[in-house]
Formats: sequence, structure tokens, C-alpha cells
Amino acid sequence: MTKALKQVHLAAHFPGVNNTTVWSDPRSGSHIDFSSFVHLAQTAERAKFDFLFLAEGLRLREQNGRIYDLDVVGRPDTFTVLAALAAVTDRLGLAGTINSTFNEPYEVARQFASLDHLSGGRAAWNVVTSWDAFTGENFRRGGFLEQDQRYERARTFLATAWELFDSWHGDEIIADKESGVFLADSRAGSFAHHDAHFDIHGQFNVPRSPQGRPVIFQAGDSDEGREFAASSADAIFSRHSTLTDGQAFYADVKGRLARRGRSRDELLILPAATFVLGDTDADAREQAREVRLQQVSGQTAIKFLEQLWNRDLSGYDPDGPLPEIDPDPGENTIARGRASVRMHRDPIATARQWREKATAGSLSIRELIVEVTGRQSFIGSPATVAATINDFVQADASDGFILVPHITPGGLDEFADTVVPLLQERGVFRTEYEGSTLRDHLGLAPLARRAASAPEPAPEPATS
Amino acid sequence: MTEAARPLLHLAVALDGAGWHPAAWREPEARPTELLSAGYWSDLVAQAERGLLDFVTFEDSLSLQSARRYDPDGATDQVRGRLDAVLIAARVAPLTSHIGLVPTVIVTHTEPFHISKAIATLDYVTHGRAGVRVRVSARQDEAAHFGRRVIPARPAAENGGAREPAAEELITDLFDEAADYVKVIRGLWDSWDDDAEIRDVATGRFVDTGRLHYIDFEGRWFSVRGPSITPRPPQGQPLVSALAHRSVPYRLVARSADIGYVTPHDAGQARAIIAEIREQEAAAGRPAGSAAVFADLVVLLEASDAAAVERLVRLDERAGRPYRSDAEVFAGTPAQLADLLQDWQAAGLSGFRLRPATLPRDLTQITEGLVPELQRRGVFRRGYEASTLRGLLGLSRPASRYAA
Repeated sequence: MTKALKQVHLAAHFPGVNNTTVWSDPRSGSHIDFSSFVHLAQTAERAKFDFLFLAEGLRLREQNGRIYDLDVVGRPDTFTVLAALAAVTDRLGLAGTINSTFNEPYEVARQFASLDHLSGGRAAWNVVTSWDAFTGENFRRGGFLEQDQRYERARTFLATAWELFDSWHGDEIIADKESGVFLADSRAGSFAHHDAHFDIHGQFNVPRSPQGRPVIFQAGDSDEGREFAASSADAIFSRHSTLTDGQAFYADVKGRLARRGRSRDELLILPAATFVLGDTDADAREQAREVRLQQVSGQTAIKFLEQLWNRDLSGYDPDGPLPEIDPDPGENTIARGRASVRMHRDPIATARQWREKATAGSLSIRELIVEVTGRQSFIGSPATVAATINDFVQADASDGFILVPHITPGGLDEFADTVVPLLQERGVFRTEYEGSTLRDHLGLAPLARRAASAPEPAPEPATS
Repeated sequence: MTEAARPLLHLAVALDGAGWHPAAWREPEARPTELLSAGYWSDLVAQAERGLLDFVTFEDSLSLQSARRYDPDGATDQVRGRLDAVLIAARVAPLTSHIGLVPTVIVTHTEPFHISKAIATLDYVTHGRAGVRVRVSARQDEAAHFGRRVIPARPAAENGGAREPAAEELITDLFDEAADYVKVIRGLWDSWDDDAEIRDVATGRFVDTGRLHYIDFEGRWFSVRGPSITPRPPQGQPLVSALAHRSVPYRLVARSADIGYVTPHDAGQARAIIAEIREQEAAAGRPAGSAAVFADLVVLLEASDAAAVERLVRLDERAGRPYRSDAEVFAGTPAQLADLLQDWQAAGLSGFRLRPATLPRDLTQITEGLVPELQRRGVFRRGYEASTLRGLLGLSRPASRYAA
């Protein structure tokens, strides 16, 4: 007996504030104007995608003590853009990355509940945490948290927001003009939460939203992150770039669900991926090579190298060999406001690997950086890309992908026009939305009012 | 020519729930089950835009609505529950083309960095029609929702009893903090020069970092480094407004705001309030008239005086008590209201922020009754003459404080 085909889930990531986004291309438009967001959102909705996704960054990044100017700089406010997009789309989910450090639960919960009301049940929250004092300089509370407090605050933040979402049951508003009863219960929205981070009580002022709460996304790969996702998230991002790595991650996370009393369908695994399409596979490969060179200029390559080396390497030739000196293993002071810096846990070992790779392939600094900073990418003709995406999903390496175009705002157009119809022909992608809420699109059952149960471990650092 | 020279009157409408009267939601036209829906708000704002109004404001609070000033009232016979005002404004923004959108933000518990970029973004979405109304909170229940500060004492007895010195100090602090907050959101709006984004392919630079500015604000309540993450908004400076009832808040208006909403009960009071605000402007070193002064009025309009009064009586009966407000409550005909507005305007007011007693009824009465009356008298616009909110109010686009 053949297994029924899984349905592919697709989402659109607004091009990020990083070097994946090619701003020097003549087709590249504004990253701020609302029309760019409308274009991408309406393309994604035309293609019947599940949702649009916005990343976060709350301080302009710096390197060598200066604002980093080689990538796109600047972005609008996430909640404002998503609420406005709700007016120009009907079905598309609207996902925002909002961190738990520079916000308070009452405010974030009412913003997401409001977005869910105003979009008719299409809101999603990618919960991240960050704790750098650098970003904290823009905020009342500052950013620094002791190491052992970081995950704890994030965990309790989400748990608290959850209690607020659940503080209204959904049947309190009577609004009977004749009897004059508006509210069935004067204590509607009551909550009390007391722990080391949040000591709050009172009444939440946004009645229960169409989805009950926003769909919860979580990004991250650590054991804590996986446990968090298995206990509380509706979708998880990952960055596994090969089929076998993806399958291992998928099996691990889905395996954790059962221990949490959840079924395999209650958590979707959606890695981020870029793509380059061409008339033929060879044509696409050639284009992809050019895109990579645009993404990694000589200057950008040196900046990447500095982030690992934690030293000023501006005197090095990007077309020459890697530095012979070792990275400075101390606190990273070269680059600030980047999630990637924290990924280099052992810079000296990573530098050794990079040198070996450069030597083996006779690679210059720039060529090496092109190699080592590549992310999951689908490169080929539309037929090849459709087949590859489907293969990943059917082989349980993912449930779909969050696609990251490298051009704003038209970078998804060709995918929508050429790849999506091929997936639809294969019967693995919807031709019409079946439901109206994001939970519907993701195949998640409507939420019953649940007892406020604390989500357990914590989300991962923010990425952009 | 005389038409253009005649001072035009500016009109805004304050939107809140089913209207400002506590029994508004029980009116025949009321839509009390739709107050949390996008359609309700977009219908109201579309109606206001058909009436060529300058802008609408959206009320907000960080607690359930309450008739009590500092804590919950436990009422179940009035509208309770609301949505975030900035998000409502953003949700209706793409459906409008000329009217200004001014959400309320509570400055006592929110982050100036977040609000600055949210209003800047609303300005991008509307191509220059955003403003913000800043509000302080002395409510103990709102403080308890955030758990980050204690409101030490009730600033005043519920019915205007004697004010204690500690309470006075608290109020002064809250408004001083609000002034700092406005300083920060304004500084962040200017923190990108208009031409900071250069996209210079030859040098590989997306921005000119010399055109981005740290604001380095350090105050008693918070410090903010900057720059904003959002480029300078289309209006340069979206409009900042505040409601004020007495000297301490008048000083906030005089120091920080583009528009102050005040609550006189006759033209003489309006004149006195304006004089005080002008004095405070001078004390703060701002040119006289930097803050336009709008009077707030609760309005209930019918074709006849008797019908208006009858409706107010019916609403009061349903509410179980006569409606009292900080603002003057007007029940009468559009022509009578037009008389009053012209009379008060002569005291030096730039315009009015009307609070419809019921929605949508009194909003429609404003747009279809009052507005045509004012147009006949030649004191209200017959078409939108500008595409930005600053433009509608006759304000030019300011240069950045960092501009060379």
C-alpha cells in the first residue's frame, strides 16, 4: 500500500537585513515602502502560501565600531506592517518575530491578540530571545541578563503571554441591547502571574481572538530549543541543508512530540531556504554563482572573516589567502547586533577548518566565504526545484519551506508563476485555500480553550 | 480670494468603542458585537474620510475600560475589551487615502523606541498621514499589568477632592517622563537623514553612515542610544498630540506637542487655556502657536433640538445616570453646533476634536449634517487640499535637527 502524499507547506520570508538580500541589483526596490510588502504578500497569497514572515532586528548592526553599511540597513515596525497587510490580503498568514527581552508580556499579548482579531485569525508569533546589552541600549530595561537568567526569562515570558491569551474564554461578550448586559462576567480576562521575572496581575483587555492565540513559531536547534518546540510550538524553523541532516532533525523533533502527548501533525518543521531558478539547471547554476558573488563582495568577505577572527582584517586582500594569525578568542567586540557571531562557539577550531578547506581547494578569502556561508538553496529549472522540494517533504526532511527571495519585492514572482503550478500538478500543494485561519492552512486543529500550561524550555537567539 | 483668507476650521473625530456615551452600544444602529472586527473600524474611518475630516484619533488603554479613574469598576453593562490602537490605525490605513490617523499610546508603560518606529511605519503606510496621541497612566491597575513600577498613591480622590503633595509630584513626574518620551520619539524620527540610503554600488555601501545619528538620550526614566531602525518617515515628523486638562499637562502640550486637545466649557475658558499654553510655550522657548489647540466636545446631533435632547435623555435612562464628561456635552442640531464652533474658534482655537456620543449615528451626523453646514458657511474644506496630515493642518515638512 502506498503512503498518501504529504502536502507541502510554503511561506515567504521578506528579504532580510543581511547579505542574502542583493540590493545592488537594478530590480531591487525599497525595503521600507509599504508597496514592497504589499507586492510580496499578494504574490504569496496568489501562490496560496501559508504565510508571510518578518524577521527582527532592534538595533542597526555595527562592525569595527561603525554602523554596518554593506547590507540593506533599516526596516519598518513589524506589528504595523502586519496589521496593514491584513487589509490587502484575505487568507495569508502574518508571522512576526518579536523577542521576549525588550517587551512586556501584557503589551505583546495584546498586540498579537489584536492582530489576530484584525486579520480574522491569521497571526503568528516567532518567539525569540536576545540579551545583548548592545541592543538593550535602545530600551528602558537594557539588555543584559545573567547567563542562567536568559532562557528563564524567555520561558516565563511566553508562559505569561499564554496565560493572558487564555484569560478570556471566548463567550464573555453578550452585548444584548435589550437586557443591557454587555459582559457575562465582570472578572473576564483576570490573571495573576508571579515569578522572578514577572510579578503581574489584573485583567487582560483584549477578548479572545479568532485563533485563541497566535500560531507559535520557534527557531533554533539546541536540545532546549527542540524540547521547547516539542512542548509548545506549532512550527519550528531549522537550517539543515542536506537531506540526511534534515531527516535526522525531523525524526528527532517529531519523536519528542509523543513524549509530550502530541501527535506528529501538531508541529510543522519548516526550514528556511533560498532559491535560484533558470530555464535549465545549468542556466540556474550559472545564475546562482553570480548571485553568490553579489552576496559576497570582497568587502563582505573580509567582514565575515573579521566576525570569526574578532580582529580588524581590513588590510587583507579578499582575493588572497586566509590570515595566518589565529582568531582572538576573547569576547567578540568586532561585530555587534548579529546572531551569527554567537554561532562561532570555538573560533580557533572553525578557523582551522576554514584554512584546511581553503588550502585543499586553493580558495581565496572571498571564495572560501562564498562556500562556508551558503544556506539551504534550491537551484535549477522550475521542474527540478519542484521535484527537489517535494522529495525533501516526502522523505520527511521537512514539512515545507520558508522561502527567502534575494530580491525585494519581486523575488518570489517567478517561483509563484513556475514552481507552484508544478507542485499543484503533483497534487502536493493546494490550489485554493481550504480554510480562513493560519491554523487551517497549517493543518492544525482549532484550539480548544486550554488550561494555562507553561511552555517549557526556551526559544533560541534571534536571527535576521 | 476672501474664501482662502477666511480662517478654516479643522475637525477631528475621536473614535472609541461604540461611542462615548456609556449606553451608546444599545442604540439601534450600534454594532456592539463587531467592535473587535476590522470591518467596524474601516467603516467608521471611511465615513470620516467621506466627511473630509482632518483626522481621526483612536482611544486606548492598558486596562479594561473603567468609569473609575484609577482602578477597575467591575461594570458589565458597558463596552469592555478593546484592540491596540496602533494596530487598528495600521489595519485601516491602506483603505484610506487622505484622512490623518492618530492612535493613542500610553507612554508610562511602553518603549519609546518601539512607538517611534511604529508611528514612522504608519506614516510610511499612509504616505504621510500619521500622528500619535500620547497619554500618561496614573492607574494602579495598569501599573500592576506591567509590574515594573508602583503607583504610590491615588493622585486625587475620585471626585476631585484635595490633592496631596505626593500625588502632585507623581503627576508632575509622569508628565515630565512623557516629555522625555516625546523627545526620544522625535529624535529617533530625525536620526536618519532623508538621504541616508545611498545604494552606492561602486563602493558597496547601502547607507552613508555619516547621515545616521545616535540620539544618545539620557534621562531620569530611560536612556535611548539610537539611531532608529526605521528611516525618517515621509512627514519627517509625524504629529504629536496630547489631551490636557490643567497646568501640568498644558506644559506638556506647550513643550512637546503639535496639537493639544483641551476641554473648555465656553469660549472664555477656551481663551484662558490658550493663553496659558502660549505662556508655557514662551517659557519653553517655542514660538507662540507651535501647538495648535483643539477643543474636545462630546456631540449628539439630530435635526431638531428636541430630538437631540430626547435621545440624550433616553441614553441617560439606559445608563441609569446622567452622562458626565471632562468635555462639554453638546446635544442639538448641526446648525447650533456650527454656531458654537465658530463662537469658540474666535477665542483662538485651531479646531475641534469631536467625540461622537454614539457610533455610527453621531459620526454620520457630523459628516452629513455638520460638515455641509460648515461648508455652506465657508469655514470648512470642500475637498482634501493636501495629501499629508501636516499639509491638511497647514504645516510644512520640517528639516531634521541633524540637517547640515
